[in-house]
Amino acid sequence: MADTAALQTSVDTRSWFHRNQQSIAPWLFLAPGILFFLVYVIFPVFQSFNLSLYDWDGLGAKEYVGMRNYEDLYWEFVDRDAFYVSLKNNLIWLVLYLLAIPAGLFIALFLNQTVTGIRLYKSLFFFPFVISQVVVGLVFSWFYDPTFGLLNVMLGWVGMGPINVLGNEDLVTYGIIAAGLWPQTAYCMILYLTGLNAVDPEQIEAGRLDGAKGVRMLWHVVLPQLKPATFIAFVVTIIGALRSFDLISIMTQGGPFGSSRVLAYYMFEVALSEYGFRMGYGAAIAVVLFLIMLCFIAYFLWSMYQEEKGR
Amino acid sequence: MFPTPIEKQSRAAQLTYQSLLPVALLMWLAPLLAVALFSIKPDTDFTNANYWGWPSSFEGITNYGKVFFESDMPRYLLNSVFITVPTVIGAVALSTMTGFALGVYKFRANLWIFFMFVAGNFVPFQILMVPVRDLTLDLGLYNTKTGLVLFHVAFQTGFCTLFMRNFIRALPFELIEAARVEGVSEWRIFWYVVLPLMKPALAALAVLIFTFIWNDYFWAVVLTQGSESQPVTAGITSFNAQYRAAYHLMSAGSIVAALPPVAMFFLMQKHFIAGLTLGAVK
Repeated sequence: MADTAALQTSVDTRSWFHRNQQSIAPWLFLAPGILFFLVYVIFPVFQSFNLSLYDWDGLGAKEYVGMRNYEDLYWEFVDRDAFYVSLKNNLIWLVLYLLAIPAGLFIALFLNQTVTGIRLYKSLFFFPFVISQVVVGLVFSWFYDPTFGLLNVMLGWVGMGPINVLGNEDLVTYGIIAAGLWPQTAYCMILYLTGLNAVDPEQIEAGRLDGAKGVRMLWHVVLPQLKPATFIAFVVTIIGALRSFDLISIMTQGGPFGSSRVLAYYMFEVALSEYGFRMGYGAAIAVVLFLIMLCFIAYFLWSMYQEEKGR
Repeated sequence: MFPTPIEKQSRAAQLTYQSLLPVALLMWLAPLLAVALFSIKPDTDFTNANYWGWPSSFEGITNYGKVFFESDMPRYLLNSVFITVPTVIGAVALSTMTGFALGVYKFRANLWIFFMFVAGNFVPFQILMVPVRDLTLDLGLYNTKTGLVLFHVAFQTGFCTLFMRNFIRALPFELIEAARVEGVSEWRIFWYVVLPLMKPALAALAVLIFTFIWNDYFWAVVLTQGSESQPVTAGITSFNAQYRAAYHLMSAGSIVAALPPVAMFFLMQKHFIAGLTLGAVK
């Protein structure tokens, strides 16, 4: 009797599952991914918001201080200049990093031909993006080295004195950005090369009949067709600029005198590096960085939403 | 040259173009060529300030030999492998399922969950740093490869879900409909109908994630220390501290560290680029 009852229920559950399969299945497929993502990405964001209201050395008891970490940032009570220097550098990164987009387009147009071996050229031009930023940083710090760096050798040819790019407060950020532009340009180049593959030759021909040439052709006929590529290049470049950390850490560690810090690096310094374990203060810096990024994230999601609606 | 195909232009233009190509490439890759040159020079060239000249002797084998047999480099390389491979498998597996769920089923929260993955993927690392480090410490996984792998899998799931979902959206939906009419269960549809169609996407994601994780530096520094669990990106910086002025060894080490993703790129080029440029062509 009991056996048949058990059998009965199991048959029932199976058929219940079978009937509701289509509404349950997505949640079963989603569960592990969502769980991981919530634990490691979504909750930590809120935890950081919360933490930024506390004074905490990472080990002892947390002390609630309200908005004081933010006030300290605003008035720069803890570190003279550090916050605004980082903020300013972040802005410089954001603006100059976008140069990767036209530079990438330029190289893509240059390579967009069919001659023998062009495929190999295209992939070799992409090289800088594949190697780690750590290696890029090392290579460029040798390039800038004041005693033997290639940059000063070249400056010597035109009779200019040696300059120490990474030791110069005014030049250092630009020097690091130049290093960062190298791989980023390669990335944008690949995006545009793929986009150019899909450009409609008939429209080019039509443009030519209308007398469009050179820059006018590029601006009015080709670029509109490259809009998806430009959008993605814009997204990855903005994110890359705001995430800049590796190069600064490798090339200057924020120096000289903190002049090459950005928010991402300053936060790390405050919370984990020798500046030591002010977790709450670090979290406050991270929140500021997050809010800046959030403007862009909102914009990206909004454009994605518009596209989804259009489907 | 633009946008006229070069073969339609004058002979002179063609020759100019073809001679410009290698020049441009040399300039573009000059930093890397310099490192390659450094890595085969003897130590004495650097003490004699012969930085950029022809090597006085070719010491490639000695330099690379030292990197492989007298330093911690092999250890770091192995750590990188043990971090990268499980991450690739984990992130691809999780996101194939989430991508399938978000791409195939219609339910109310669908777009919100999708946007959660996309938004999370754009978040700056610093806002995760303290809580994730804490969580890893609490789990007793600080300074272990497992700790790094778990975080990487979770974080990469964001990007991978975006990728997978868009890929699945582009598949012919009639196949799934037909299977449902036949009474095939959802799991079997996933496994026998959709998964085989996703081979190119799986390959593209696998190489991309491999490169991202192999090249990660930030999380390696935040979640590990010391040679027993750090990957090669963090290893090369301590290598740098150890051999500060030994440019020949540093160069050889950097090249060794950069080689696996480069090799991966050349082997899987088509997939790699397809992955990167997802959405760049409409």
